Amino acid sequence: MMTSNGHSTIPGRRKFLLDSAGAVCGFGLLATGLGIYSGKASSLPAGAIRPPGAIDEHEFGGACIRCGLCVRDCPYDTLRLAGFLEDVTTGTPYFIARDVPCEMCEDIPCVKACPTGALDPDLQDIDDARMGLAALIDQETCLNFQGLRCDVCYRVCPLIDEAITLEMLHNPRSGKHALFLPTVHSDACTGCGKCEYACVLPEAAVKVFPRKLAKGEAAGHYRMGWEEKRKAGRSLVTPDTEHQYNLPQGIQYEHGGAGLKQDTGETPFAGDPLKTLNRHSGEVQ
Amino acid sequence: MKLTRRDFVKSNAILATAAAAGINLPGISRVMAAHEDEKIRWDKAPCRFCGTGCSVLVGTKGGRIVATQGDPDAPVNRGLNCIKGYFLSKIMYGEDRLTQPLLRKKNGNYDKNGEFTPVSWDEAFDVMAEKFKAAIKKDLAANQGKAPEELTSSVGMFGSGQWTVWEGYAASKLMKAGFRSNHIDPNARHCMASAVAGFIRTFGSDEPMGCYDDLEHADAFVLWGANMAEMHPILWSRLTDRRLTGHDVKVAVLSVFENRNFELADLGIVFRPQTDLAILNYICNHIIQSGNVNEEFIKNHVNFRLGNADIGYGLRPDHPLEVSAKNNKSRADTIGSQAISFEEFAEFVADYDLENVSRLSGVPARDLQELAELYADPDRKVTSYWTMGFNQHTRGSWVNNMVYNVHLLTGKISEPGNSPFSLTGQPSACGTAREVGTFAHRLPADLVVNNEKHRAFTEQVWKLPQGTLNGKVGYHAVLQNRMLKDGKLNAYWVMCNNNMQAAPNMNNETFPGYRNPDNFIVVSDPYPTVTAMAADLILPTAMWTEKEGAYGNAERRTQFWRQQVKAPGEARSDLWQIMEFSKRFTMEEIWPQALLDKKPEYRGKTLYEVLYKNGQVDQYPQAMVTDSRGHHYDNDEMQHFGFYVQKGLFEEYRRFGLEGPKKGHDLGEFDHYHETRGLRWPVVNGKETLWRYREGYDPFVKKGAGIEFYGKDDGKAWIFALPYEPAAEEPDNDYDLWLCTGRVLEHWHSGSMTRRVPELYRAFPDAVVFMHPNDARKRNLRRGMVARVQTRRGEISLRVETRGRNRTPEGLVFIPWFDASRLVNKLTLDATCPISKETDFKKCACKVVREA
Repeated sequence: MMTSNGHSTIPGRRKFLLDSAGAVCGFGLLATGLGIYSGKASSLPAGAIRPPGAIDEHEFGGACIRCGLCVRDCPYDTLRLAGFLEDVTTGTPYFIARDVPCEMCEDIPCVKACPTGALDPDLQDIDDARMGLAALIDQETCLNFQGLRCDVCYRVCPLIDEAITLEMLHNPRSGKHALFLPTVHSDACTGCGKCEYACVLPEAAVKVFPRKLAKGEAAGHYRMGWEEKRKAGRSLVTPDTEHQYNLPQGIQYEHGGAGLKQDTGETPFAGDPLKTLNRHSGEVQ
Repeated sequence: MKLTRRDFVKSNAILATAAAAGINLPGISRVMAAHEDEKIRWDKAPCRFCGTGCSVLVGTKGGRIVATQGDPDAPVNRGLNCIKGYFLSKIMYGEDRLTQPLLRKKNGNYDKNGEFTPVSWDEAFDVMAEKFKAAIKKDLAANQGKAPEELTSSVGMFGSGQWTVWEGYAASKLMKAGFRSNHIDPNARHCMASAVAGFIRTFGSDEPMGCYDDLEHADAFVLWGANMAEMHPILWSRLTDRRLTGHDVKVAVLSVFENRNFELADLGIVFRPQTDLAILNYICNHIIQSGNVNEEFIKNHVNFRLGNADIGYGLRPDHPLEVSAKNNKSRADTIGSQAISFEEFAEFVADYDLENVSRLSGVPARDLQELAELYADPDRKVTSYWTMGFNQHTRGSWVNNMVYNVHLLTGKISEPGNSPFSLTGQPSACGTAREVGTFAHRLPADLVVNNEKHRAFTEQVWKLPQGTLNGKVGYHAVLQNRMLKDGKLNAYWVMCNNNMQAAPNMNNETFPGYRNPDNFIVVSDPYPTVTAMAADLILPTAMWTEKEGAYGNAERRTQFWRQQVKAPGEARSDLWQIMEFSKRFTMEEIWPQALLDKKPEYRGKTLYEVLYKNGQVDQYPQAMVTDSRGHHYDNDEMQHFGFYVQKGLFEEYRRFGLEGPKKGHDLGEFDHYHETRGLRWPVVNGKETLWRYREGYDPFVKKGAGIEFYGKDDGKAWIFALPYEPAAEEPDNDYDLWLCTGRVLEHWHSGSMTRRVPELYRAFPDAVVFMHPNDARKRNLRRGMVARVQTRRGEISLRVETRGRNRTPEGLVFIPWFDASRLVNKLTLDATCPISKETDFKKCACKVVREA
C-alpha cells in the first residue's frame, strides 16, 4: 500500500498487530523481568535479520525502545516486531528473508523513523547497510553447482555483479558447457535476503545470516600473493627480469603464459618473392 | 538402486515402527523414495519452451508427470536445463486448467456479450461451424468466377511456433486446402519472419547453414540483439565454456542496453536503437578498405544487389509515414532490387565511415573498429548470433541481409565456426511454423502460395483438383488484427498462443478486432489467458506430453516425443480439434461447383475425408505405441480416429522435402525419430547435415563446386546494398524515451505456463520498468515506486527498477512482456518491417511519469 510520499497506509489487520505488539511488549517487560530479558538480547536466532542500520546486537537490545515505528514505516511489510516468547527479544524489529525480504528503499524509511539511534541515522546510502550476509550454504542442492542455468539468486540481487557474481568454470562432466557458480561478496552484500526469498528450491540453498554467523575470518600470518600484488598495483619486490631460454628450432617459450609453444611454421617471407624484394626499407622483418 | 522384496518388507516394517514411535528416519525414507522411483516410467521429450531444443526425460507415474530430468544423452544439453526447463513437470498442473469448452451465452444461446458457460464439444463445434459456414458462404458468392490469384476469404487462423509439426501441417491443410484461405499465420510472425525474409532474399532457402557445433569451433562470437544469457541459457553455457577454455576466444555483445551478456563480453557495445544498420555497413566498409575481402569467394559465390530503399513502416496505409514512403506501393517495389557490381557496393558503403557511424550510433570509434577487425581478421573464425533485436525491427529483413553481407564478403560461412546463425525463440518456430508452411504466404518445404508451380505440386500431393489453392498471399499477423477490426475477417481461430497479450497496439487494433460484433473468435488454450478472455468460444487444449508430438529447433534438429499422460477433463489436442472440426463440413458447403466438377468423387464427402482420411494420411493402421523397453503409451488421436494420425500426416508432409521443387529439405522416416535424440535436416539416407552449402558436409552441393548456395538458381548468394533509415517512431519532446520490450529467463513468453509455477512466479512476480537512475530522478521517481508509462496508444502502471539485471542507458526504458497484469503491448506501435511484416517491439517513444 504505497502512497505518493512512499509511506505505507497501514491496513486494519497490520495496525491491530502493531497495537497489540505494543501491549504484549509492555506486558513482557512487567512479567519476565530484566534478567531474562537481557540474557536473550545478545543471541539472535540464525534466521532473524535486523533492519538496515541496526547497531551491534550487543547494544541493540539496550538502544531499541520497542516503539515499533520502524515496523510501521516499512512500506513492504518486511519488518515485524518480535512477539512474547519468540526467540527474538520481545518487541524488537526483525525480518525473515524467506518470508519477506528487505526491498532496500532508497530513502530508508525505517532508519528515519527510529527515535533512538538503534538504527544508525548515519546510514545514508542503503547499499552501505549490513543487515546480514548471504551464504550459498548448500552446494549439493544448488542447481547452478550442478551446471543448470537457474541463477535466480544472482538476477534478483539488487547489487548484481557486486554482491553476487557468477564465477564461470568449465563443466568437466558435460565437456562443453560452463558452470556458473553464484558467489557472494561480503564487501557488497547488504543482507537484504532477496536471494534467499527467490531461491526456487523447497528449502533455500542460499540463506542470509547475521554477519557474525556467516563470515569466516582470514588469519594474519598468511597473505594471498596475487591479491597483495593486485592491491599494490605492482610486484611487492623487484619485478622479475626478462628470461631467455635455449630452445630447439621451431619451439618458443612464453614466459608467464602458455609455456612451450610450437612455431606455426610461418616465416617473415611472403609467398610472393616480389613482396620481399619490393619491401620498403623502413619495414622490419 | 535395486531393492529385493525382503529389503522392501524390512524397510517398510522399520518405517512403520518408527512412525508409530514418532521417530523420523531420514535414511530409511530415502530408501523408500528410491524404491518408489523405480516405478517411474522415463521417456524422452524436447523441452516445451525455447528454440534451443534441450531434451528432457519425463517421469510418469500413476498417469501423472511426477518428475523430469535433463537428458544426459542429448547432444544439445547433455543433461542440463535452465530454470524453466527444471520446472517442466509443473506446467501442466496449474489449478485453473481449462477442462471443458466454454461459450459466451445469454438465455441459453450464444451471445457475443454473454457469460462464458460450459458446453459440450458438440455444441461448441455446432456453433463454431455455423459461424465458419456463414463466412464461407459469403466468400463463395464473392469469389464466383475468380481465378485462384484473386480469391478472398473472411475466415482465418492464428497459429504457433509451439504447435507440433503435424498440428501445424494439419492446420495449414484445413485453411489452405479446405477453406481455400491463406489467412493463416503463426505467432512466429512476431518472432522469426525477418529471419525468414533474410534467408530467402540472400540464399533462396530458409534456415541456418550452421549448427550448434559452431559454438565449439568459433574464435569469436558476435551477439546482435540476442540476450542469450537469459533467452538461450543452455547455449549461453556452451558459448561461455568455449570462451573459458578456447585460446584467445573473443565475445562481442551489441545491444541497446546492458544485459547479462555483458558479464562475459570482451567488447560490450550499447548503440542507439536502429543504428545497427549503419554499424553493419561500416563493418563492410572496413573489410573492403582494409583489403580483407575474400575475393575468390565473392567472385564465385556472390551476386551484388542494390535494394530498394524508403519502403515505409508497415503501418495502416493512411498513416503519414506510409503516404510519404516511395517504395511501399506494391510488393515488387518493397522487395525490389537491381544488380550492381562489387565496386558499386564498395562505393555505397563508403559513406559509412568510422567517424560518421560513431557519431550516429553513439558508440566510441575504438569499439567499432575493434568489432570490425574481428570480422575482417582472416585468421579468426566468427559466429554471429541474433534474435529479436534484429528480427523485431522495422528494417528486420534488411538487417538480416546485412549480417550475411559481412560473412559473405569475408567468406566466413558454412564451415565449422564460421557461421551467421539466426537463433529461434520458439521450440518449433523452425520445425513447424516455417517448415510446414503455416505462414500466410507459404506452403510446406519452402514453397509459396503465389507460385503456380508450387501450388500445382502441393495440389498433387494433397490430391486436390487443380486450382484449389488460393494464390493470393493471406493476411499476416498484424494485418489479421486490423482486418478483424475492419470487419473483413469474421470467423477466426486462435490456437496455441496468446496473441491478445503478444500482438502490438492492443488497445487500438487487437482488442477492438476480437470484440467486433461482426466476428466470431475461437481460442484454444490450456489456460484462461488474456486472449481467451477476449474470445467468444474457448476450447480446452491438451498440452506438451499430453499428446504425441514433434518439434524442430534452431539448428534444424527435429525431435519427437510420445504421449505420456492423458489431458485433464475434456481437454483435447490441437490436432484432434482441427481434424474433428473438419468433419462438420461437406465439400459442397465450402467448395464451388466448378471445382468439385474437376473431382466429382469428392461430392458428398466431408472435408475430413478429403484432407485426412484421404488414403494417404490414414494408411498407417492403429497400433500399440511401445518403446524399446516394452513400455506402452497412449495415443488418444490414434484411438479416436482409428489410424496412426501423426505418422500419416508426417509421412505425407515428408514428400514435400523428398519430391518437392525446392531441394535440400529431406527429413528422415517417422519411426527413426522416435529412436533418436533428433536429426538435423537435410537427412539423406539416414545421414544428417551439419553445415549446409559446403561440399563434403552437404550432399546437395554439386561435386567440385566447393560452395553452392543452391537455393538460388545460379548457386550464388546475394549481398545487398541497403541504407540506414530511421525508426518509425523516435523519442521527441512529448514522448522523450525509447521503449524496448522483451523477456526474462524465468518466464516463457506471456507467462501463461511459467507464472502458474509458484517458484517461477516468486522468482520474478511482476513486470517492472527498467530505467536509468538519472532518468528516474529527473521524474521524481525512486526505485520501487509505481510509475505510469505512456505512449500515444495507451498507458500502464508498474514499479520502477533502477538496479538489477538490465542496465539501460539514459533515454531508454525496458519492460518485459510476460505479465498479464501489466500489458506492455497496450503501449507498443504496430509498425512492421514492410518486407517480413514482423512488428518492431523494440522501438517506440514513451514517457514515464510518477503515479499521481
